[in-house]
Amino acid sequence: MPNCGCNDYSRTQVLRRAAAEAGRGLPAIEPGMPMPAGTGLTRRSFVSRATGLALSVYGAASLGPKAFEAGIAAAAAQAPSERVLVSIFLSGGADSLTMLAPTSAHPQYAANRPTLALPNGQGVPLTEDSSLRWHPSFAGLAELYGEGKVSVMPAIGYDGANQSHFTSRHYWEVGETNPFGRWGWLGRFLDQHGVADNPLQGLALGWDLQPVLAARDVPIATVAEPDNYDFWTPGVWGSVQDKMLDAFGDLGELSTSDAGLGQARAAVAATGRLRDQLAPYQDGFTSPAGVTYPGGNFAGRLRALAAMLDGGLPLRLVAIESGGYDTHSGQAGSLPGDLLEIGNSLRSFQRDLEARGLQDRVLVHVWSEFGRRPDENGSGTDHGAAGAGFVIGSQARGEMVGEFPGLATLDDDDNLRNTSDFRGVYCALLEQWLGVDAGPIIPNASSFARPALVAA
Amino acid sequence: MPPAPTPPAPTPPAPSPPAELSPTSPVAIYSGSFGVREAERLLWRAGFGPSPGHAEALAAMGLRRAVASLTRPSGAATLTGAAPTDEDGTPLAPADLWGHDHLWWLDRMVRTDQPLVERMTLVWHDWFATSNDGVGQQQLMLDQNELFRRSAFSSFEQLVHDVTQDPAMIVWLNLSENTRWSPNENYAREVMELFTLGADRGAYTEQDVRQLARALTGFDFDWSDELGMQNFRYVPTRHDNGNKTVFGQTGAWTWEQGVAMCVHHSMHPSFFVQKLWSYFIPTAPSAGDRQALESLYVSSGHQVRPVLEAILLHPDLHAGPRMVKPPVVLVAGLLRALQRSIDGEYWIWYSESAGQRLFFPPDVSGWDDSRWLDTSTVRGRFELVSRALTGRVLEGDEVDDYDETETPEQAVAAARAWSHDPNLSAETVTSLTSFAAAALAGAGGWQLSTYRGLRQNALRHLILASPDYQTS
Repeated sequence: MPNCGCNDYSRTQVLRRAAAEAGRGLPAIEPGMPMPAGTGLTRRSFVSRATGLALSVYGAASLGPKAFEAGIAAAAAQAPSERVLVSIFLSGGADSLTMLAPTSAHPQYAANRPTLALPNGQGVPLTEDSSLRWHPSFAGLAELYGEGKVSVMPAIGYDGANQSHFTSRHYWEVGETNPFGRWGWLGRFLDQHGVADNPLQGLALGWDLQPVLAARDVPIATVAEPDNYDFWTPGVWGSVQDKMLDAFGDLGELSTSDAGLGQARAAVAATGRLRDQLAPYQDGFTSPAGVTYPGGNFAGRLRALAAMLDGGLPLRLVAIESGGYDTHSGQAGSLPGDLLEIGNSLRSFQRDLEARGLQDRVLVHVWSEFGRRPDENGSGTDHGAAGAGFVIGSQARGEMVGEFPGLATLDDDDNLRNTSDFRGVYCALLEQWLGVDAGPIIPNASSFARPALVAA
Repeated sequence: MPPAPTPPAPTPPAPSPPAELSPTSPVAIYSGSFGVREAERLLWRAGFGPSPGHAEALAAMGLRRAVASLTRPSGAATLTGAAPTDEDGTPLAPADLWGHDHLWWLDRMVRTDQPLVERMTLVWHDWFATSNDGVGQQQLMLDQNELFRRSAFSSFEQLVHDVTQDPAMIVWLNLSENTRWSPNENYAREVMELFTLGADRGAYTEQDVRQLARALTGFDFDWSDELGMQNFRYVPTRHDNGNKTVFGQTGAWTWEQGVAMCVHHSMHPSFFVQKLWSYFIPTAPSAGDRQALESLYVSSGHQVRPVLEAILLHPDLHAGPRMVKPPVVLVAGLLRALQRSIDGEYWIWYSESAGQRLFFPPDVSGWDDSRWLDTSTVRGRFELVSRALTGRVLEGDEVDDYDETETPEQAVAAARAWSHDPNLSAETVTSLTSFAAAALAGAGGWQLSTYRGLRQNALRHLILASPDYQTS
């Protein structure tokens, strides 16, 4: 029996209203901007195709300004030293009381979960709170925790928790409890600290754009298979094909006052740029010797991410969604497998970064829109309030953020109370990791306590 | 305790009005010129774009009759053209073979003479978004699809009533696990949040979710190793007969009463009107228009057709900004325009990579219509144009012997005519003409013909993949 259908949210109502703004996502590129100087990008990995197009094919007959090449090259020159934040969204409301299972020190747990409770004696206790255990299927993350590379938030959320997927996810995405917020909190970072011409600065790995990255003024990208981003043109080849593909991107660079057409053009323009950026990877990715990943899309995306970072692509913020956590029924059948895949994939990604020497540039933030209700409903659990979150990496401070509030006293809806606020974590990530003032990005930033998330 | 108020029973579907009646509207009706361009947009918004000659025929009718031809079809739909098959020419098995459900419906979109019926079926599929990912039995999805099709223009109250006891929905939102002993809130929450009232409007509380869940208890089905899930039914002994307080009204509500209360909630008409409007017009209605349409909706007994006709006649549709075509609308429209039929399973993959696999919406909220386009789905759209053009491009001698005197302007004009003259902006035509000139830059000898042949193929592709063609 399948779990359920309500995994996720509907932001359709709110976001349809934002469609007009989204259409203005890409500013016009001004004619006459300089072509790229020989900036620090390795020609092997990126510039080769661009150079070929720019010099041998187009020359003075260039069909459209290629200013983005300058932007990409400039950004790539900075990339080796820039810090990267990876946002991983466990959509559907992941059950924190499975990930971090209470021990018998919390006697209500067995009563709450007559069929779903992790049996006594199973799971590795957390060193910082021995009344919580890492679920055995989450051993990959537990291993990194043992190395001091995971900051655990056992009860993160916000007061007045909204139990709609739609609304709560939206709050986390926009970084405020405002149903009418239109831009992702990471998108707002890019609007203020990103550039106008590098779609890779905010990259969603997967089939869908991740709303955390939604930016008002600057381009971002979505790619499901970064090593398969070629374009098939039946009946067109050779130099005509090269010019055709470039002309496709040029159609996106045209300006318009029509919001719908502008939205389509912005997406086409970003597509043309991304095609150039990913050109060197169309033969696939290779991982360092000794690094292996589990199967599945989630692991494959992390594997691609490590290789792209190593290749010098100018990534700054990356978002990945992994679903299936809305376990209204059949929770025991699906959740452990999902946690196994996520935990082991994150461990492989960390090992990959370490093998490539990139471990100090990357921090991973794992979140879900809410936790689930302590009381089970039969074979699953309904929507709850506070849930679990994690910050992972060699530069993670590895200190628990907020304590586990226990199960003896719950909130008015019989859900877990929060002991840390997601907006405080966002402020800390912005200030301690990305090195910017959170004030202009997170509304009422000054009102949230910042946990120490980054190694001293 | 005072007697509990009794919500009205669902209203039966209204009979279709005679086709000769002209649709009316309590709000503004577009009064500008209704020519081929306007008819082309109407066919994309309220269908799957024009098949050759359809926009001209609609334009000749004038706006009101054109709308009536879409909203008031008579009898059963006629499917014209070749029946769908897989790559081997074998007929589809929509209930049994993986992905054939998608192909089966896509084929109806391509070949039907009642496009708005299929488009409304797609609207309901998005509105009451149910995924076979959670249902796991294609026949149940097809049954639900038929429910949506026969409910295209009729009573929304009846539709919500029917959806609640629809087997696919019962599985999808765990209604069969919602019992008096162990309530499961899934359907109760979503019927209010996504189907009838909307979140964050103050229409209901968490307490209403829990109480409505109790009213909705009682559904069940049997499992058969041969037949799968079957014998869907309401079992009174599974139902919670106690009093429930929903929206401040206390009574021993049944499931029928529970869903009817959602439709009769004072905040439902505004939800309905805005949501239906948003499928056809990208800008929000004015407050006055919205209220007039809400009154029309209520006074009609929660009928869909009157509101739909008013939307399709509205100036904001005909004179407002463009709107991005949903991926399957683009696919069906390309096939209609190019007079192609479904001849392989590949259309499953191409639709999916553009962001829309039928019967598999991403979640119960449906597809996010404000975010169809990103660097992943734009590539998907480019590639599905590639597939649609396969077999239709110039090849061999058609390329090598191409007219070597053709100018860039002539090349663009020829490609536009070949693709049935879709609505392109002036700046796009200029950009295509620049490409047409550059494609021949430096060419000589044999290239003068061959490159012009390749250029013609490229221009057809660029027109159909252009941002202009992704919108209507």
